Amino acid sequence: MAEKGRTVLTGVHFVNGDVACAEGAMAAGCRFFAGYPITPATEIAERMARRMIEFGGIFVQMEDELASMAAIIGASWAGAKSMTATSGPGFSLMQENIGLAIMTETPCVVVDIMRGGPSTGQPTEGAQQDVMQAKWGSHGDYEIIALAPSSVQEMFDLTIECFNLAETYRAPTFLLADGFTGHLWERVVIPRAEEIKTVERKKPSVAPDKYIPFKPDEDLVPPMACFGEGYHVHVTGLTHDERGYPKTVDPKVQYELVKRLCGKIRRNADKIIRTYEFMLEDAEVVVIAYGIPSRASVGAVKRAREAGIKAGLLRLVTVWPFPEKQVEELSNRVKSMVVPEMNCGQVVKEVERVAKETPVHFLPKIGGEPHSPSEIFEVIRRAAKA
Amino acid sequence: MRVEIRIGGFGGQGIIRTGLILATASCVYGDKNAIQTASYGPESRGGRCRSEVIISDEDIDFPKVEHPDILVAMSQEAYLGYIDDLKETGILIVDPDLVPNQRKNSKAKIYEVPATRIAEELGKKITANVVMIGALAALTNLFNVEQLKESIRRNIPKAFIELNLSAFEKGYEHGKNLLEAKAS
Amino acid sequence: MTNLQEFERHPLANYLRVERFPHIWCEGCGNGIILHCFVKALDELGANMDKLVVVSGIGCMGRVAGYIQCDSFHTTHGRPIALATGIKLANPQLTVAVISGDGDLFAIGGNHFIHAARRNVDMTVICSNNFNYGMTGGQCGPTTPLLSYTTTTPYGNIEHPFNLVHLAAASGAVHVARWTVLHVKRLTESIKKALQKRGFKFIEVVSPCPEIYGRRNKFGKAIDTMKRYREIAEIRHGYAPSKAEITSEKIVVGEFIDIEKPTYGELLQGQFMRFNKG
Repeated sequence: MAEKGRTVLTGVHFVNGDVACAEGAMAAGCRFFAGYPITPATEIAERMARRMIEFGGIFVQMEDELASMAAIIGASWAGAKSMTATSGPGFSLMQENIGLAIMTETPCVVVDIMRGGPSTGQPTEGAQQDVMQAKWGSHGDYEIIALAPSSVQEMFDLTIECFNLAETYRAPTFLLADGFTGHLWERVVIPRAEEIKTVERKKPSVAPDKYIPFKPDEDLVPPMACFGEGYHVHVTGLTHDERGYPKTVDPKVQYELVKRLCGKIRRNADKIIRTYEFMLEDAEVVVIAYGIPSRASVGAVKRAREAGIKAGLLRLVTVWPFPEKQVEELSNRVKSMVVPEMNCGQVVKEVERVAKETPVHFLPKIGGEPHSPSEIFEVIRRAAKA
Repeated sequence: MRVEIRIGGFGGQGIIRTGLILATASCVYGDKNAIQTASYGPESRGGRCRSEVIISDEDIDFPKVEHPDILVAMSQEAYLGYIDDLKETGILIVDPDLVPNQRKNSKAKIYEVPATRIAEELGKKITANVVMIGALAALTNLFNVEQLKESIRRNIPKAFIELNLSAFEKGYEHGKNLLEAKAS
Repeated sequence: MTNLQEFERHPLANYLRVERFPHIWCEGCGNGIILHCFVKALDELGANMDKLVVVSGIGCMGRVAGYIQCDSFHTTHGRPIALATGIKLANPQLTVAVISGDGDLFAIGGNHFIHAARRNVDMTVICSNNFNYGMTGGQCGPTTPLLSYTTTTPYGNIEHPFNLVHLAAASGAVHVARWTVLHVKRLTESIKKALQKRGFKFIEVVSPCPEIYGRRNKFGKAIDTMKRYREIAEIRHGYAPSKAEITSEKIVVGEFIDIEKPTYGELLQGQFMRFNKG
């Protein structure tokens, strides 16, 4: 039904981050979007409402974010690549069914265009205050995958990657963008459809009577039969055995299930994690940043080099799972680290945990404005002297 | 080279589209980098509306305008709100009919472009923003005229392209005249 | 194992995940009767079990999804209708039924109910209404009658209950019916009718909870409640849902609403056709 030309808008565009995200989703094969209006993510829903009908994709505006998250889980089990998009207040409501998606191993993408909180906070201002919520927001033990774009081009590229990771690991995958990037207009180059790598979910290779719905392969990910394919799958948010049936008081079943749900992300972390390095070879002071502050960090590092300071940047494209190895390896060879974040300190806690003895200088920024290169440069200079 | 432009006015003047046309010309049709940020929501529809464009030969590491090189003021309120941010040696372009009260002692290069009046003469007040784009093209050497025209064609609804291209020409002409007047 | 063999001999066993029996419901609970009527309706319709999805929420009736031999989803509390909306819209070939309890569908899930009805999403919603939260030990819910006793209304309930059929009709459901678990044949027919009709269909089933709610309110044994249903149930097809009351003296049952209206899916398909014609 879908004509490739209509799902992939090949060409050079000047659009905002939200629109680029929506286009990335459609290019990745998203055929179901459910959402609820919220600043600064609404433009994603608006773009989907306009575009999905062009090729038979489904856009539905739900009654709230609880329903939006539920609907994309349902759609995913009905065989569609699905996505929702929101901001802080809606992200809070989604946490309930994010847990359901984790427990039922439902591939889906959740976009959070972060704004300042707590509560209604600063609807039109960007922030990075939901990073820990993305990791820990739903109850119980689990692992998720979250990517942090720092440009409009990455809003497109990383949304595609979110879909690919969600399908590969059968887990809800997050695009954690700040409101600034969501509303930033920038050039996006959309490649030809055949140049875009997309991943389709692993299907069962056995007949329905031989199929065990939650029995994992070696990568800890079970093949997924969808509704209507004759496999009669039972899906539940309760602790379940490999057949998918509730087994809620058997400690072994809970242990094996939770261990595997965490393990399929942890054990594959090396395949999932992506970082970007800038002038790290001989660096003595390293900035660790993600999202919009990483752009100002590039400028700050250049300025530091001009001032004779051996500075470098490690940009976390993947925020969750946290790139422990990369940060640990750096901490063993640099003098100090600088972490700018648009919050009161979230990823910096992870850096400190991994960096151990290496001094970590934190540069918080709240209020809506991103860090300027000179602000970060000042901290680099202090860190170099210390 | 990094140039920061701020365009201020009120909702309905096409302020954000102005930024969009400038940035698209630079980074889609031209080989520069460009970004736009804009005021949002009720703000962009009501009293005050703002668009900011950064054009650069290099990657834009800080996507925020603090002290614009160029300020285009299309309302008194925008003029008052933004004039202090303008770089000392910056360029100020105002629509004098909309900004009746201007500060006397400014070091900035000041150009008066009655864009709204020119647009009205063309028959459509709404094209005032494109008149400004034409003037901006003439008054700075930041833009390529053909790329701006391409960008106008891309960002304006089909039925109004010709009208807007003539608005562009009028603005460009006015800008050139201002430059000649200054030189002589 | 003897048990299992007995189930396998049951004429409806093909529609059930017999390996999961016995079910969790108490003796005298009406949920088993509702399950029976549902699979009986499937059997009589010759339903394609590969294209049926049963979705349920949390609570005693929430477990029903896991007992039926088809694709099934036991969702979070209150969300089955929202999740079912995603299933139906993403694959219109599927027949989607939501079977859950009064607390799940009308307290925590009330918002999803009214909006799915308003959109006229094609699904059949069956509510087992036992007037309390049985699974958690008998708390007050959105249908608990005034002055009834529950663990959270130890001095009598002071909240006015919902009239579910009135709520469904006002929200836009195209088929609205109410039966008690005594009305096995009529309920089965209603379910058959609903499954064959397009749009948002709602069937309320008044159901005894003798172990929890019944005990606390001195209703006696399940059989006594069934006898009471026979005494006070009044069949009134086409009756105004707003007047179809449930009191200790009278339970109005019947098919109240049966209207035609384009579904969300049909309107969407129409839009798609119009859009892609040009």
